[in-house]
Amino acid sequence: MFHTEILEVNMGPQHPATHGVLRVILSLDGETIVDCKPVIGYLHRGVEKLSEHKLYVMIPPLCDRLDYVGSASQNLGYIEAVEKLCGIEVPDRGQYIRVILAELNRISSHLVWLGTHGLDIGAMTVFFYTFREREMILDLFEAFCGARLTTNMFRFGGTLEDLPPGWTEGCRRFIDLLPSRIKEYEGLLSQNRIWLERTKGIGVISAEEAVNWGLTGPCLRGSGVNFDVRKAMPYAAYERFQFDVPLGTECDTYDRYLVRMEEMRQSARIIRQALDTLPGGEFRGKVPKKIKPPVAEIYHVIEGPRGEQGFYIKSDGTEKPYRVRFKSPSFVNLQALPVMSKGHLIADAVAIIGTLDIVLGDVDR
Amino acid sequence: METRLVIINVVIPAIKVAVVLGVMSLAVAYATLLERKVLGFIQLRLAPRRVGFHGILQPIADGIKLLLKEDIIPDRADRALFILAPVISIIPAFAALAVIPFAGQSFNVLGFEIKPWITDVNIGILYILSISSLGVYGIMLGGWASNSKYPLLGSLRSAAQMVSYEVPLGLAIIGPLLLAGTASMTGIVRAQESQGVWFVFPQIVALFCYFISGMAETNRIPFDLPEAEAELVAGYFTEYSGMKFAFFYLAEYTNMIVVSSIATTLWLGGWLRPFPGVQALSFLNFLDFISPTLSGVFWFGFKVFMVLFVYIWVRGTFPRYRYDQLMNLGWKWLLPISLANVVLTALVLTIRHG
Repeated sequence: MFHTEILEVNMGPQHPATHGVLRVILSLDGETIVDCKPVIGYLHRGVEKLSEHKLYVMIPPLCDRLDYVGSASQNLGYIEAVEKLCGIEVPDRGQYIRVILAELNRISSHLVWLGTHGLDIGAMTVFFYTFREREMILDLFEAFCGARLTTNMFRFGGTLEDLPPGWTEGCRRFIDLLPSRIKEYEGLLSQNRIWLERTKGIGVISAEEAVNWGLTGPCLRGSGVNFDVRKAMPYAAYERFQFDVPLGTECDTYDRYLVRMEEMRQSARIIRQALDTLPGGEFRGKVPKKIKPPVAEIYHVIEGPRGEQGFYIKSDGTEKPYRVRFKSPSFVNLQALPVMSKGHLIADAVAIIGTLDIVLGDVDR
Repeated sequence: METRLVIINVVIPAIKVAVVLGVMSLAVAYATLLERKVLGFIQLRLAPRRVGFHGILQPIADGIKLLLKEDIIPDRADRALFILAPVISIIPAFAALAVIPFAGQSFNVLGFEIKPWITDVNIGILYILSISSLGVYGIMLGGWASNSKYPLLGSLRSAAQMVSYEVPLGLAIIGPLLLAGTASMTGIVRAQESQGVWFVFPQIVALFCYFISGMAETNRIPFDLPEAEAELVAGYFTEYSGMKFAFFYLAEYTNMIVVSSIATTLWLGGWLRPFPGVQALSFLNFLDFISPTLSGVFWFGFKVFMVLFVYIWVRGTFPRYRYDQLMNLGWKWLLPISLANVVLTALVLTIRHG
């Protein structure tokens, strides 16, 4: 006489918790998720195709707009790939400045993640606290290059500019301040019973599964897999700095939270070392007027805030690339959403989308 | 003589109802401003400050805006229920104010004695419990009548939540009730006066249970699941706009004030001023020289304000519970604790009075 039905709910593309224009089709049994299908493509801008019609020097600004929260890493990855292709040397000072800026960007990206993740779970105040610190980083970016979000700070052979006078002091002030501020966030969340209940045991994905699904970045390390491109295949000047790669043990949302918090501290550590040992000299090496790589192809990876960011470039010997392909960490991480959220409640799906830390610009490209 | 009776039985109550409704609507409107301001300061923001001095006219501007907004009724909604739902949810919220004693001493106007409460029924607290539990109908009907998925989920959540939390809420209230020996709201305050101790001290556990259940009853963070923004967009009032939306909103804040008023009356000594016995602090009765009623209203308002402040403070601090965790907390923790409190209180009272 009575029967139950599966309720299909469209979460998004306009929904406060989907971090942009992600659409998730949820099949619900009561509040329990039976099935979950992410639908992407709402932010597709055809960056890869567009790049085929642009000179090599014109592409970096497009890369910034892939993952607009972690734009410095994108920029760095593409530029290093082309440098490798053409054999352009980068002076030490340029490398160090690159590391400093990329790590600052990682911190700012993690701050955005923490704020929005907290907001999704209902902790409203953390959001405003993290954005206060993010503002300081954006101010540093602005002082360096004039832009705040899509910065385009790097150039072939080095960086856009040398560090402006007084910049290192400002950066040092921020780095000194950051640990106390991280403590503040942890004071609000780490031991908070509700936060623990909402994140522990949620979205568990074992190390093996995480590797099989191709998860990268903090999501992979949260499951205890020790893989960080900065350690595994060092680029820029990373092999010269001491830092730890935090790993999770429980493979759940809480561990991924801990991993990212620790990553912020480690980034601060790297920046401090780089500032202490900042070499003098040129910030940009000799670069040919025309960037015209030989006929070759290259795949270069860097560790972005969201994980392994890949850049594949195929050159046909002209001033424009024949094919460009960006491997986006958000895209591969998003794939795991159905596995991670099956059997959980709607509220957990929101938490899991948050913990995957996707940027839709990066997913859709 | 005839006119005198009419005035006492009809005119004065009517005026009192009008005054309470008017003042409370304003208080509710300003509760929203209070919330935005306090949250703003917790979150390092300035909060509204464009309309009037430091945003003092913001609630009024909001009210005008909501009044003038287009009132949309979705095509496939159940029109009658859709319109009725916000009304159903706001009426019990205001009706509960009828038995709240705002002060202790009555005052005289033109030879008529006026008591600072609308009515003082001997089952005051039961009246509040029963009338405020009607509010859930508004939410359920609103969610159902919208004929949309998010409101439906929101209203299901809220029905379950409000029904479950009514139990520990009711049990928590029994503690002070036992101590006072009456269910009349004024009687409870007078009992606290005569026993010389506010019930917050002997009944702290009950207050704790009451406060948490009250937060759940009013759908506040960390229990704001029915309207969890990140999950259900806006919960049961997703489809509402204009004044109907405002009604739900007002009902929520009125409920907050009612819950705070009950906490004030039952545990925090209602209109009584703190430290009546301490000579050094006797300046606290400064308002008594103008009028004892005014003094009562002041202290009552002050305590309600403090309770509201804690509500907002909690909102600024905690994340949101999940649906099943909320049920766990209600049934597995609050219910046994408040039940144990009732048993313990009764036991102590029996032993003491033989």
